[in-house]
Formats: sequence, C-alpha cells, structure tokens
Amino acid sequence: MEEVMLSALQHFVFCPRQCALIHVEQVWAENEFTARGQQHHDRAHGGGTEERGGVRTLRALPLVSRQHGLAGVGDVVELLPDGSPRPVEYKSGRARPRLADEVQLCAQALCLEEMFGVSIPEGFIYHAASHKRRVVAFTPALRQAVLDARDGVRDLLRRQTLPPPAADDRCLHCSLLESCEPFAAREFPRGFDPFSTTLEDP
Amino acid sequence: MRQLLNTLYIQTQGTYLHLDTDNIRVEVERERKAMIPLHHVESVVVFGNVLLSPFLIHRLAREHKPVTWLTEHGRFMARTETPVSGNVLLRVAQHGCACDRARTLAVARFIAAGKLQNQKTTLLRSAREALGNDPELLRQAARDINGQIGCLPLAETVDEVRGIEGTAARAYWEVFPLMLRANRDFFWLTERTRRPARDAINATLNFVYTVLANDCASACQAVGLDPQVGFLHALRPGRSSLALDLMEELRAVVADRAIITLINRQQLTPRDFVLHEGNTVTIKDEARKLILAHLTERRKEEVTHPLTARKTPLGLVPHVQARLLAQHLRGDRAHYPPYLHR
Repeated sequence: MEEVMLSALQHFVFCPRQCALIHVEQVWAENEFTARGQQHHDRAHGGGTEERGGVRTLRALPLVSRQHGLAGVGDVVELLPDGSPRPVEYKSGRARPRLADEVQLCAQALCLEEMFGVSIPEGFIYHAASHKRRVVAFTPALRQAVLDARDGVRDLLRRQTLPPPAADDRCLHCSLLESCEPFAAREFPRGFDPFSTTLEDP
Repeated sequence: MRQLLNTLYIQTQGTYLHLDTDNIRVEVERERKAMIPLHHVESVVVFGNVLLSPFLIHRLAREHKPVTWLTEHGRFMARTETPVSGNVLLRVAQHGCACDRARTLAVARFIAAGKLQNQKTTLLRSAREALGNDPELLRQAARDINGQIGCLPLAETVDEVRGIEGTAARAYWEVFPLMLRANRDFFWLTERTRRPARDAINATLNFVYTVLANDCASACQAVGLDPQVGFLHALRPGRSSLALDLMEELRAVVADRAIITLINRQQLTPRDFVLHEGNTVTIKDEARKLILAHLTERRKEEVTHPLTARKTPLGLVPHVQARLLAQHLRGDRAHYPPYLHR
C-alpha cells in the first residue's frame, strides 16, 4: 500500500476535513500562518549538514517506514555523538502544545527508528516565534495516535469525500477557511429562496 | 483570503509586455508606457496583436494568474492553463452530474432562478428612478418575470427551463430601453443581435458580456471545474457552457446595470460608436477603455453574499459561485445556491 505522507498526519489530527481538502480535493490557500511557515521551512531546508558540539544536523532528510507505511521529509534531524537520531520539527508559531504537531514528530521518529535500527525515546519541537524548543516523549499512547491517524488518512483517501466541517476555534487559524466554509449553512439559510415571487423587498 | 486584484486589459495594438523585476513593463513602439506591479494584477487579458515575453508568461503562470488572448474584437482565442489544473475528482463529479438528467435539471433550475430574480431586481430598481409611464411598464415586466419564476419548479426538463428563461428574456428586453434616460432615440433596442451587432446597445452588450464570460471561465478554472461542461447551456464543441451558466446570474446586475449607468450618466454617447454601411455598429477604442475602467471600478463594489453572509467584492462573486457549485457537485452541499442580488 502507498505510504501515508507525514504532513497528512498532521493535517488529519488537526482536522480531518482540512486533510481531505488538501490531500483529496487538492485545495491550497495561503494565509499569514502558512506564508510564515513556508519562510521558516525554506530556511530549515536551505542547508545540508552542519556540526556543532558533536551534534550533526541533517536538513530535509527523506524519511520512510515500510513497516508502518509512512513517508515524508524531516525538517531537521539531529545526530547525537553516539549516532542516534532525534527529530526536530520547526513551527513558526508560539509554543503551544498541539497533538497534531506531536503526532507529526512522533511519526518521523517511527521512520528514523526503522531506518537507523535504534529506538528513539524523544524529539523536539522548535517554536520560532518564542525561540523555544520543547521535548516531546514518544510514549506508547503517542505512538498509537500516529498509527490511528495513519489509518484515518488511508480511510479518507479511499473514500475520497469530505468529512463534515469542524466549525469551532480551529477554523479561525485555518488557511482553508474560505474553501471549507465551516460556518455557512449546508442547506439554504432562512429567507434564501431562489423561487421567491415577492415583488419588492418588504 | 482570496483578494480581488485588477485585471490588466491591453487593447493598444502592437503593445509589448515584459517582466521587469516584479513589474509588468508596458511598451508601445519601444517606448515605455507603464510599469504595473505584479502583485496588483490578478489576470491579464489582451486584445489582438499584443505580445507578452515568455518570462512574463511563465511568471504569471507560476502565480496562477491566467493570461487570456482575445481577437481585436473580443472573441476568445486562448487562455493559459496554470500548474494548478484542478482536481480530477471534481471533474468526474461534474461530468457525472451532467450525465444525470435529474441532477442537471435541479442545477439548471437554480441557475435560471438566479438569472430571473436578478433581472427582476434590476427592473424594479430602475422603476424607482423612471418617469412617466415607464415605472408601470417596468413593474409589469417584473411581474411577468415573476410568473415565469413561479413556473420554474414545475419544469420537468432542461428544455422547459430554457423555454421559461426565453419567455422571461423577451419580457426583459422589451422594456430594457425604458431603463435608459439619455439619448433614447439613439440607444434603442429592437432585438438582441449577436455578431455582428446591428445597434449600439447590442455592440455594448456583446463587449461587456465577453469580458464577464472571461471572468467566469477563469473562475471555473481556478476552482478546478471544466468550463465547457454546463448544465443550463447545452454542450456544444468550443463553447464554455459552464462559464455561460455562471454568467447568467450576473448578466443583469453586473453587465446590464453597468451599461445603463454609463448611458444615463452620458459617459457613453452616440459619438462613441461607428455606424458602418449595411447597419452594423462598432464601439470606438476610447469608449471600450471607458467601459473597462467602469467595470473595474464596479468589480470592487462590495455586496453581502446572501448565502455566505460575507461582504464580497462583486468581482469575486464568480469565484464564490464556482466554489459553491463545486461543493454541490462533490456532495458537500445539497443544492446549488445561485447568487441573488439585493
């Protein structure tokens, strides 16, 4: 079976409909969040490798896990002096623990474990706005969340239809707000009648 | 958010457009006429013998800004297809709907309803400003159109819908000249004639409809719909039936209204037209420029969309409608909601 994209996992955990819009409907829209994210990405993906204090930094490393059916590209992977890899995910926003980001990071770790034949206990999320890096432990529950999200994405791609909108606070930060229209009535709203035969506005 | 930017129209024959850093440089006979920042431009439409450098075409394509080539007289020739070519699933759903009689009928009914409602609104609005007997005649036409709207839910085939639309159109065009208050004896319309136009009103209508149809086709393309597969308009090789469908709801409120305004303000007068031997009429270049400038201003006017309840520039309404139609075709929305102008 085709590997599930790591980025799709993050979209799926954030909002299944957003995931379907991007990966099924191929809708993409920029907003200030995605534009800023892109800038940070370009920077993160710019260089190849560098070494500092015995830690080698690999950028834009292709990742794959045959066992779990996952693939993508890691923003930054750090190799510790003992050769053990740690994934680092760059986020443009402030430090805000979000399951979606942690699932994406943990999915990278699952790939790295298979590729390097090691076990990885933790990784890091770097928040560019606050220049803070926080540790994320890859607990059994988080690992299971990755596999559940993977199954969810597969199901979505097989069905090829849009799940209903979230219509909550998430939508305010979503660049696809306009294509998704979470708050617009799916049926005609009250007073909207194309077959109305009133002659003038009341 | 999608932003409404300007469409750059180039009509001067022999113009050459280059990419100059982040600008479009406009040259006529090797002389620089204008520099237009790319981030102000949403699309480029050129009439006749106008050249674009390959680098400019590439840059516009990369930014998903379509280029449309029309003949000098405004007939559609070509449009760039940019790397975002739409979602194949949406096209399959669109074709599936077009092959399904009941679903096609439902969409066609709503499109026709939108058109008739907006014709009615236009007539009633003009009736408020008209003099003498005219208000009553305009209101009567609106009542006639109302009668046809009442027939729409009963139509059982798309042909019947087209028949209803045709009956309404006769009522509408019959009183159209009553909405004009200046140079009435010159701007008289006896019947709608397509190419070649036999009178000034028809020449102006044909020109403005061409511009609007292009906006609608671009909107289809941007959303990923196939502009050729329509529902109210019959499929015909080479015809952008879906773009024409989307345009139906906007003809009266965008195009007709613009022409009425220009004539009533006497910005468009008999001097702007050339009458040829054998009763055909063309619009002078300067007047075409004036019409395009007016349409550009009008595109910026904000309306409250009755379905999304959002303030939307009139120029983006074709995009909103194309997206609503796409949602209906993909099963995300039970019915296609036409644009009803307030």
